Amino acid sequence: MKKYEIEIIVCCSTGCISLGGQEIYDELVRCIKEYNLDTNVKVKPTGCHGFCQTGPRLLINPEGVLYVYLKKSDVKTIVEQHLIGGKIVEKLTYKDPVTKKTVQKRDDINFYKHQVSITTNNCGKINPEDINDYLAVGGYESLKKVLTMEPEQVIQEIKTSRLRGKGGAGFPTGLKWSFLAQETSTPKYLICNGDEGDPGAFMDRTIMESDPQSIVEGMIIGAYATGATSGFVYVRAEKPLAASRIAIAIEQARKHGYLGSNILNSGLNFDIQVRKGAGAFVCGEETALMSSILGNRGSPRPRPPYPAKSGLWGKPTNINNVKTWATIPKIIDMSAENYAKIGTADSSGTAILCLSGNINNAGLIEIPMGTTIRTVVYDIGGGCPNGKKFKAIQIGGPSGGCIPEQYLDVKMIDTQIDFKSITTLGAIMGSGGLIVLDESTCLVDMAHYFIKFTQNESCGKCVPCRIGTRKMLHILDKIIMGQGSYEDLDELESLAYTIKNASLCGLGQTAPNPIISTLKYFRDEYEAHIKGICPALVCKNLITYHISAEMCVGCGICAKNCSVNAITGELKKTFQIDTNLCIKCGLCFSACPKNAIYKKTGGK
Amino acid sequence: MDDQEKPPASTMSGIDKSKLEEIIRDYMEYDGNALTILQSVQEAFGYLPFQVVEHLSEKIGIPLGKMYGIATFYAQFKFHQRGKYIIQICDGTACHVKGSMLLEEFITQELGIHPGETTRDTLFSLEKVACFGCCAIAPVVFINKDVYGNLTPAKLRRILNKYRKM
Repeated sequence: MKKYEIEIIVCCSTGCISLGGQEIYDELVRCIKEYNLDTNVKVKPTGCHGFCQTGPRLLINPEGVLYVYLKKSDVKTIVEQHLIGGKIVEKLTYKDPVTKKTVQKRDDINFYKHQVSITTNNCGKINPEDINDYLAVGGYESLKKVLTMEPEQVIQEIKTSRLRGKGGAGFPTGLKWSFLAQETSTPKYLICNGDEGDPGAFMDRTIMESDPQSIVEGMIIGAYATGATSGFVYVRAEKPLAASRIAIAIEQARKHGYLGSNILNSGLNFDIQVRKGAGAFVCGEETALMSSILGNRGSPRPRPPYPAKSGLWGKPTNINNVKTWATIPKIIDMSAENYAKIGTADSSGTAILCLSGNINNAGLIEIPMGTTIRTVVYDIGGGCPNGKKFKAIQIGGPSGGCIPEQYLDVKMIDTQIDFKSITTLGAIMGSGGLIVLDESTCLVDMAHYFIKFTQNESCGKCVPCRIGTRKMLHILDKIIMGQGSYEDLDELESLAYTIKNASLCGLGQTAPNPIISTLKYFRDEYEAHIKGICPALVCKNLITYHISAEMCVGCGICAKNCSVNAITGELKKTFQIDTNLCIKCGLCFSACPKNAIYKKTGGK
Repeated sequence: MDDQEKPPASTMSGIDKSKLEEIIRDYMEYDGNALTILQSVQEAFGYLPFQVVEHLSEKIGIPLGKMYGIATFYAQFKFHQRGKYIIQICDGTACHVKGSMLLEEFITQELGIHPGETTRDTLFSLEKVACFGCCAIAPVVFINKDVYGNLTPAKLRRILNKYRKM
């Protein structure tokens, strides 16, 4: 392959594209041509760099200079001043929101400093739609190595690495593979679970968009170790770019002889198909997912029998998450012993988290297991923006819970059985969505939001989940309207434990977690709501909007944005809101250029 | 999105039969399943017209009740003609915390439609989606296949105006 002196990497994953990444890429290609730099400079579209918030962005290698928040017109400036003039364009580099200093190089940015790259190592470095790029960074070398080993040795290697499923449950992967390998019935199937349905999670999407070949290679290694002959990648229909890139990757792998019959003359036969999910959260549960792959309603069924005994078409099947599959080639490459050294004694390796919500640096991060929440929120995330006070983190999506400030120094690990740090707090780490909440978030509203979600997604098969979540939602409805009572809190708690203990599948068993954790740590907020007060000024029924006479400049923008004509006044004089007419939509509040509109709670 | 510009079909006569035949042929050839075939129908027609599902059920031998049992289980399937531009508001946790409710209020007031509804001129439909996984740039709205992030009502107004003029 031709060697270029300079390589410019442009992120082209969903986040950056939405902010104009494709335009930046096109403009860059055009400018490079215009200035005849194309013999020396290579422009490469890649997947996600993780730091989505700063997009669109480009990275100039080998210098490692990062330009962020780009507009189309900035591209020409960079080409002229940096590439031709040899001078870094200071104003387009990253400015740290905490220290206010500019940071020119990617690796010096705090967001990246505390991270390690194992599973996400190729993300943002290679072109996800070109297998040659993957091969150039050592792709499929792990497979070649595995093919010289015995299948049992491969499983032993994964056991040694102490890799646990990264989908949330944390079951040891090597052990799971050995169950499938023991089965004598054929054919055997492998499934890659890419039905990332919990709100606030985008790890799987990012890996599928940025490094799809790793998933394919991981599955082929799995097939060799377990004797499976056919695989399925189950992707959510809401993530179209991920679905198309994994399909491209499979096609290219097939062309290069990594999929199909007699792979690399080893006698191994294995192929993969993509199946699109159709938007049902419960399909992330393995038995529901298999039912969906077969084209049926995605209803879960009781286990046992486990998929290793009876999965797709009643045949032995093994399901692993996207991140788990993508980690396999890296473990083989770096050796199981080295992987096991990362993390803590209980949990080896890394955790991949999606950091978002009220945080300065939002994006995808990979950290060693055992990193504290404080490091994630403050060192990597840069804390809450606009000087707001940190309140809690929400982890694990609708199956997880809220962890308050006093536990910031707790370490994050993935062990389900022993799940020392997170589980005892009343939250599961889950697949890795981590949402930072500041003082402007109402935790009762948060609990309501999640129960509404799980109630809606409950498949309806078992009574505790179907009826129980509806009962809980009903009580929460009352509380956020200011009509709750103290007895309601007790009933909520008792319902939560009944649903947790009696539901058929993981969805129901974990659905009450947001309530249990908020009741435990933020009971005062529930009690405030019963008294008619929403301390965070979020719950509509408990707040009123007003205009501050001191701050209002009488521009009338609020009145223009009011659809019910509740705001009246004369230009250049203080405007007023008629609280009887106001529907509390909040549009005036967000439109006011002077922040003169404020909210009040607790009657009056 | 050409498919969605077609007028609503009340009988099989208004339906592109060749497309339907192609879907059935694919099904027979690849031994597909009911879920994939319904996805193909929605891809081709923008929603699941009753006549098409009825026709399919006869052709491929899956009872109509079972077809609808599957279709109504999944959020992806729609049973009514939708607008030319489908606005999907992400209501994931990050978007919720960062103001997706406000965007919904804004669209409801601006266009007069609630989630699940279509404007009278059939230009816009409004839908709410659990999570698109673009949490770092929340709040997010998809319009057909375009993604818009870091939104405020003011930005969204400009975007809607752009679609009105298109």
